[in-house]
Amino acid sequence: MRFQLTDDQVALRGGVREMLARRFGPEALRAAVEEPGRLDRTLWRELGAAGFFALRLPEAAGGVGLGLPEAVLAFEEAGRALLPGPLVATHLAAGEVPGAATGETVVTAVGNGLVEWLAGADVVRGDGGAVGAVPLRSVDPLTPLHRVPTGMGVPPVAVLLTAAEQLGSATRACELAVQHARTREQFGRPIGAFQAVQHLCAEMLVRTETARAAVYAAAVTADPADIGTARLLADEAAVRGARDCLQVHGGMGFTWEFEVHLHLKRAWVRTHRAGPATESEENLAAELLADPV
Amino acid sequence: MNLTDTPEEEEFRARLRQWLGRALPALPPKPSPDDWPGRRAYDLGWQSSLYDAGYGEVHWGSTPTMRLIFLEETEKAGAPYVGANFVGLLHAGPTIAAEGTPEQRERWLPPILRGDEVWCQGFSEPDAGSDLAALRTRARRDGDDYVVTGSKIWTSHAEVADWCELLVRTDPDAPRHRGISWLAMPMDAPGITVRPLRTLAGSAEFAEVFLDEVRVPVANRVGDENDGWRVTMVTLSFERGTAFVGEVVACRRALRELAVEARKNGRWDDPVLRRRLGRLNAEFRALWRLTQWNVSEAELGGGVPGVGGSVFKLRYSHARQELYDAAADVLGPESLDLDRPWVLDRLSSLSYTIAAGTSQIQRNIVAERILGLPKGR
Repeated sequence: MRFQLTDDQVALRGGVREMLARRFGPEALRAAVEEPGRLDRTLWRELGAAGFFALRLPEAAGGVGLGLPEAVLAFEEAGRALLPGPLVATHLAAGEVPGAATGETVVTAVGNGLVEWLAGADVVRGDGGAVGAVPLRSVDPLTPLHRVPTGMGVPPVAVLLTAAEQLGSATRACELAVQHARTREQFGRPIGAFQAVQHLCAEMLVRTETARAAVYAAAVTADPADIGTARLLADEAAVRGARDCLQVHGGMGFTWEFEVHLHLKRAWVRTHRAGPATESEENLAAELLADPV
Repeated sequence: MNLTDTPEEEEFRARLRQWLGRALPALPPKPSPDDWPGRRAYDLGWQSSLYDAGYGEVHWGSTPTMRLIFLEETEKAGAPYVGANFVGLLHAGPTIAAEGTPEQRERWLPPILRGDEVWCQGFSEPDAGSDLAALRTRARRDGDDYVVTGSKIWTSHAEVADWCELLVRTDPDAPRHRGISWLAMPMDAPGITVRPLRTLAGSAEFAEVFLDEVRVPVANRVGDENDGWRVTMVTLSFERGTAFVGEVVACRRALRELAVEARKNGRWDDPVLRRRLGRLNAEFRALWRLTQWNVSEAELGGGVPGVGGSVFKLRYSHARQELYDAAADVLGPESLDLDRPWVLDRLSSLSYTIAAGTSQIQRNIVAERILGLPKGR
């Protein structure tokens, strides 16, 4: 057993982080928020060229030939950067929908009564496509949403990659909260010197690191119970992490300008993408009876 | 990242399983919790069989991964845990191994490993709990002895221990972390009074130890005089390594038994209860993965447990209390019956957010040492 990132995995994660910081930094994020619904096709093709979508395709099929752990690390970085677009659906379409692997074709998918980026995508996958889709005024300015009258779920790999995005978002929220707590002064000292604030931050880290172990383990095993576990813990870490980050920032946290609301709103969208949490809980309950004690 | 055994680990696991299959049926019956001499004999006997089979040193002589496998397999097989050997194997022993002289290692380590001697821990005091450096038990130099006076509290196995790893203040004028020394005190020395303390679960699991002019040879000091705080930190870091492996395995089994019980008594039909158990399944699966993550990290870091231990302990101690609250939900009115399973466990679990550093102190540690927030007040 060696349940730690390999040197190659550390390098891959660093490479994706560096590329996203360069191509989708704070200014690009703000610009994207001001132009809701517009997908940056140039960036999408760059992601394709960098292998983001073809990561798990065999090299013989023109892919990068890596596995689920590497895909999870890449999606963690996407979540951290709040990278918009139907990333999971396009990644899953690589090798099945022409142009998806290279980023020429933007693919979205119907799942759990919703479809993301319908207008911005070239192809809609899923039972019945987007027949009867009704637009929502999406709570997340960076995820256009339609309601669709089908209850079809999403594949387990999509649930796992979504959990990886949640993990990245949770990590980022914790970092933002800690940065702020170190520098913001009240009563003559940094607010991070107050135990009430320290304990909020400590719990953010506990939730994030527990979720990290669960998400990475699910990437290694691809076991359905491990994926369900990863999903429940990552959802919790992302949603509560964004909430606590907002709280640590006080009035600033409640503004449109500060990025934490984007983390919270996207985290909410992702919890629905993966289907009802109660379903994952029921599956994990049933699993308790599956093996003899 | 991988979660599979190396050929070497696989072989170790297979050999251990085989041995457990033979050794466990030969175990004597478990003594009652109130039978202290019986518990001592049982726990020492188990350590002695481990020693004879070549597993005596596994708690601190082997790599973190091998230790993980050992603790996982022994717990899965239903083998006894360290019990009265806890302090010797997991606190005092590693400290002596790391900081003791060759003579001290020769005197104290073999009896711990062979299952001949029991150790207890004299660290906490009535006025020095989370703030351990506030300890006041005095040790005055008199020739070749220290003369020790004071009191210790929460000392497990004090009634049956041969030795006590004792923290004393040797320089009352020095800054508080720099006036402490680490002594091995023989528990049969004159001047020691042990008063058992009853826990809220009704049993006497620990004691108060009063020390009145107890003479401890200077030769029993491990590390330099007044360097005991550093020596102690070596010990404490061992506790936060693989200390909870067996317990996580035990919790996962308890959760499965709980599901079976719920199915039997009809509570399983309640979707709220089912989902609560499902979420706990996720919780303990994740805690198991976090254990594996921390162990691999320690393995790569040269065997020293990382700061991840505090993160783990915070989440685990809370989850374990949740587990027994869920058990009470499954049992209904029977959760008030001390003879039902999990009811005593529920009471015992109340100590988990307190012992070995309260959750509040753990959060301070995470905030200050991992996240780098300014020192709190």
